[in-house]
Amino acid sequence: MSAAIEIHDLRKSYGDHEAVAGISLTIERGEIYAILGPNGAGKTTTVEILEGFRDRDSGTVQVLEADPGALGIHGSSWRNRIGIVLQSNSDAAELTVAETVHHFSHYYSKPKDPDSVIALVGLTEKRDARIRTLSGGQRRRLDVALGIIGAPEILFLDEPTTGFDPEARRAFWELILALKAEGTTIVLTTHYLDEAEALADRVAVINAGKIIEIATPLTLGGRHLAKATISWQEGGETKKQISENPTHDLLEIAKRFNGEIPELTVTRPSLEDIYLTMIEGQK
Amino acid sequence: MNTLRIGILRGNIEIKQFLRQKESVVFTIFFPLLLLVIFGSVFTQSIAPGVKLSQYFISGMIASGLINSGFQQLAINIPTERDNGALKRLRGTPMSPISFFIGKVILVFLTMLIQVFILLLAGGLFFHIRIPNDGTLWLRFIWLIILGSACSTVLGVAMAGVIKSGRGAPAVVTPIVLVLQFSSGVFFQYNSLPTWMKQTAAIFPLKWLTQGMRSVFLPDSFATQEVAHSWELGRIALVLIGWLVAGTFLATRSFKWSRQ
Repeated sequence: MSAAIEIHDLRKSYGDHEAVAGISLTIERGEIYAILGPNGAGKTTTVEILEGFRDRDSGTVQVLEADPGALGIHGSSWRNRIGIVLQSNSDAAELTVAETVHHFSHYYSKPKDPDSVIALVGLTEKRDARIRTLSGGQRRRLDVALGIIGAPEILFLDEPTTGFDPEARRAFWELILALKAEGTTIVLTTHYLDEAEALADRVAVINAGKIIEIATPLTLGGRHLAKATISWQEGGETKKQISENPTHDLLEIAKRFNGEIPELTVTRPSLEDIYLTMIEGQK
Repeated sequence: MNTLRIGILRGNIEIKQFLRQKESVVFTIFFPLLLLVIFGSVFTQSIAPGVKLSQYFISGMIASGLINSGFQQLAINIPTERDNGALKRLRGTPMSPISFFIGKVILVFLTMLIQVFILLLAGGLFFHIRIPNDGTLWLRFIWLIILGSACSTVLGVAMAGVIKSGRGAPAVVTPIVLVLQFSSGVFFQYNSLPTWMKQTAAIFPLKWLTQGMRSVFLPDSFATQEVAHSWELGRIALVLIGWLVAGTFLATRSFKWSRQ
């Protein structure tokens, strides 16, 4: 079986501005692939080309072995196999959650059970509520329900957890990991680096329409090779030591104390630190 | 026939959304009623033995009802749905665009029926409007309604493609409808209008639809008062079919699922 998504030298300009300037990447089936980048980096343009919403200027694109820019009469059967969660919507305000999810299930040839999907996104208590009465996070979970109702092979998630409280985000991550366990390929764009770290098998960092790096969250920007910072309290002040061999150095420090090292932390740069360094280095 | 089945489900969803927006229900039901009360109360003079001037205006108001439920409603509703992301979301599903339009047609048809029914009922009960009691006239009434609504619907979809935002839509659409109503013989008697205005209005479908409705609600002897001294039913059908074809062409060209 071929890859879920293959892009080669994708380009798209708006006037003089080249929003996507030669992107190539491959997304394997069953993986969670995060696309990171600052606002205006070309993430949404790239994803919308993959979703079939936008034309491209050049390059080749294959999504489930079809070109989303030239679907013609096959558009319907292709869309039957993908799920899309767009950024902010405010549609269908007067319908209830259950009416909307049930209605959308009719569009697909092999939909999931609407009531189970409502339960899966945690909206069972709100099933008879009008959509306009939902909170931002509930509204977003409904968007996800509509994205997955057709049991898609590929799910596109554009900034899915904007406006979620921490608890709702964790619950949402569980849901995404459950979909992955079912074999769904997930393409995620997000601003939250911890989200990419918790979910993604691989991340692509995009800036100014180009890919800076593709790696796993743990190895991005040589993160796994980066030096650790050891911090502790000694003699009434906070001490810090940058270390290439933190285990060895830690044992050395421990010898000076009787057992516990006060307020000990050992940190490596977070994905966010690495990411910000990469974007900064581009300027 | 999945496309048709989903189209009917879309119609159900469209109607639910329409009925749950109180403003739109009130506007659809009470605005024609309000106009009927005003016209019925002002125009009480007779234009022939036993024929009140209100009989003349009910024709225009029914023709206007077809324009309101199709053209005006869709040219506002579709850009609004484009702005709030409804159309883009639908475009990302396997739903056929044809199903989407079947849903809109069902919505237009229902709101049109409500308006026509209320006008005939209130007109007959309170303003002595004579409802045709002849099979031929009813047949004519029905083809005028179907053709007029179809025309109004496709032109509404075409207009929606040109309008940039849902919020700005009423400001564009309402004046167009008002100007057409004033110049097409809805608010004034058509043959009392200046020639240039009559000639301009004759390009657009509302004038012809209103004339057709007069042939249903006025006695046949009034045909001689028309510009061509006849009801010109054949020409009415041709003009409406012409606009239907042109409107369909424009609608398929101008339709946009999202703001780009």
